[in-house]
Amino acid sequence: MAEMIEVRNLTRRFGAILAVDRVSFTVGKGEVLGFLGPNGAGKSTTMKMITGFLAPTAGTAVVVGADIVANPIAAKRRIGYLPEGAPAYPDMLPRNFLRFVAEIRGFAGAEAARRIDLAVARTSLSSVMEQPIETLSKGFKRRVGLAQALLHDPDVLILDEPTDGLDPNQKHEVRTLIKALAPEKAIVISTHLLEEVDAVCTRAIVIANGRLLADATPVALAARSRLHNAVRISLASGHDEAEVALRRLPGVAAVERTDDAGDGALLVLPRGGQAIVGEVTDLVRTAGWAVRGLSVERGRLDEVFRTITA
Amino acid sequence: MHSIWVIFQRELASYFTTPLAYVFIVIFLALAGALTFFVGNFFDRGQADLVPFFNFHPWLYLVLIPALAMRLWAEERKSGTIELFLTLPISISAAVLGKFFAAWAFSAIALALTFPFWITVNILGHPDNGVILASYIGSLLMAGAFLAIGAALSALTKNQVIAFVVTAAACFVLTVSGSSIVLGFLAPWAPTAVIDVVASLSFLTHFNAILRGVIEVPDAVFFVSVIALFLFANAAIVELKKAD
Repeated sequence: MAEMIEVRNLTRRFGAILAVDRVSFTVGKGEVLGFLGPNGAGKSTTMKMITGFLAPTAGTAVVVGADIVANPIAAKRRIGYLPEGAPAYPDMLPRNFLRFVAEIRGFAGAEAARRIDLAVARTSLSSVMEQPIETLSKGFKRRVGLAQALLHDPDVLILDEPTDGLDPNQKHEVRTLIKALAPEKAIVISTHLLEEVDAVCTRAIVIANGRLLADATPVALAARSRLHNAVRISLASGHDEAEVALRRLPGVAAVERTDDAGDGALLVLPRGGQAIVGEVTDLVRTAGWAVRGLSVERGRLDEVFRTITA
Repeated sequence: MHSIWVIFQRELASYFTTPLAYVFIVIFLALAGALTFFVGNFFDRGQADLVPFFNFHPWLYLVLIPALAMRLWAEERKSGTIELFLTLPISISAAVLGKFFAAWAFSAIALALTFPFWITVNILGHPDNGVILASYIGSLLMAGAFLAIGAALSALTKNQVIAFVVTAAACFVLTVSGSSIVLGFLAPWAPTAVIDVVASLSFLTHFNAILRGVIEVPDAVFFVSVIALFLFANAAIVELKKAD
């Protein structure tokens, strides 16, 4: 796997505040890296440094061989960037805006037109090409920002909250697009939607107070949850006796009542994250309980996220 | 060079996609006309020249140029487009020059649209068209200097009103620094060298020299230097303040 982005000890200080503190990671071709963290954690600041908007106080980022500090213009050519809030010139038409970006990136005439058409098709923008950007809905504005980032078919895509403010259908479209682009590119997206990490990311990084706290696949991250491999079991009746019986199983650490679905189900937590679904189903069979529902928890990212960043 | 040209085109077109261009040009022409005819006594003087017209340009520019310059960077910073703009593969100097030349070209368009004054004076008499051409060039150079100052100050703030007021004040000080008010204030206590320096910074002094019909090297160099200095400052300020 070729490394497309190499972030080395990236540090940024604003006066007395250390916004980003020696963050290092790499992203290879085909990876979609989810950048997670509470608001103000340093996600956007890190992205601004990788894209060359903000000069690092120390450290650097190398984008497809070009150092963003030493050789910013070469690095910027390889990056497609959607800044937070998808800023675009409000009084321009999307057509003129995309043409401007295409020309700045060195495409002219038929080549520019071909690239604009492709980016517009990928982001389903064709219906609003002649409307001033300021009159567009949030979803369309976001897609104009995405189209702009895709114009030059960059090796590296940096997307700061690409689905923020979109409705569920639009979110789905953007995620489908990101997945379709993923095999050929290195993609970094920041988000505070954990479902998004599950939906599109091959790897996740958790950052809080400017420090990198975790770097793992979403599955490995979820496995850190105390709910990993827990069994949720809901019975027609007799929850109380079942709770007592389940506690006696050797692999079970605790049994909790959960009312998340309104059925007073039991949540059976494993000892040390081991798989206990076998033990539990054996017990269910021998005891002859009337089971209404039984499921295994993969672990919850939001819970892990809270534990890591608290 | 290529990116300066692309930025120049976008910026110049952006004046005309909003009412700004039309409002600016109409007000500029109306004020120029009113001042020339009513305050400058164009007809009563009985002379075939455009002195009463050009005499008011510094004062017109004092109000109108800051309005043109205030949006250059403040608006980009306010709307966040600066982050998009400066992560495109362009240098800061290309960004600064593209914006400046677009604004300067726009003020050149407004200035060129005063051509009816030139036609009028040629119908009424036989003016020295060489002097008039020199005056137009001088006026454009002065507009460029005002714009460069305004562009640099616009990069200091996200607030266009602040950019306007500070630019107007800075331009006013530079315009009148050769006048008897300022020099009279300095004369009793400041050394002669200081007074000479302050007087030599005056836009009015240099502009009036050009109005006499000769573009002397020092006067042209003065305005070009002011432009270069403030564009340099502009790039430094953008680099420093862009992410605030």
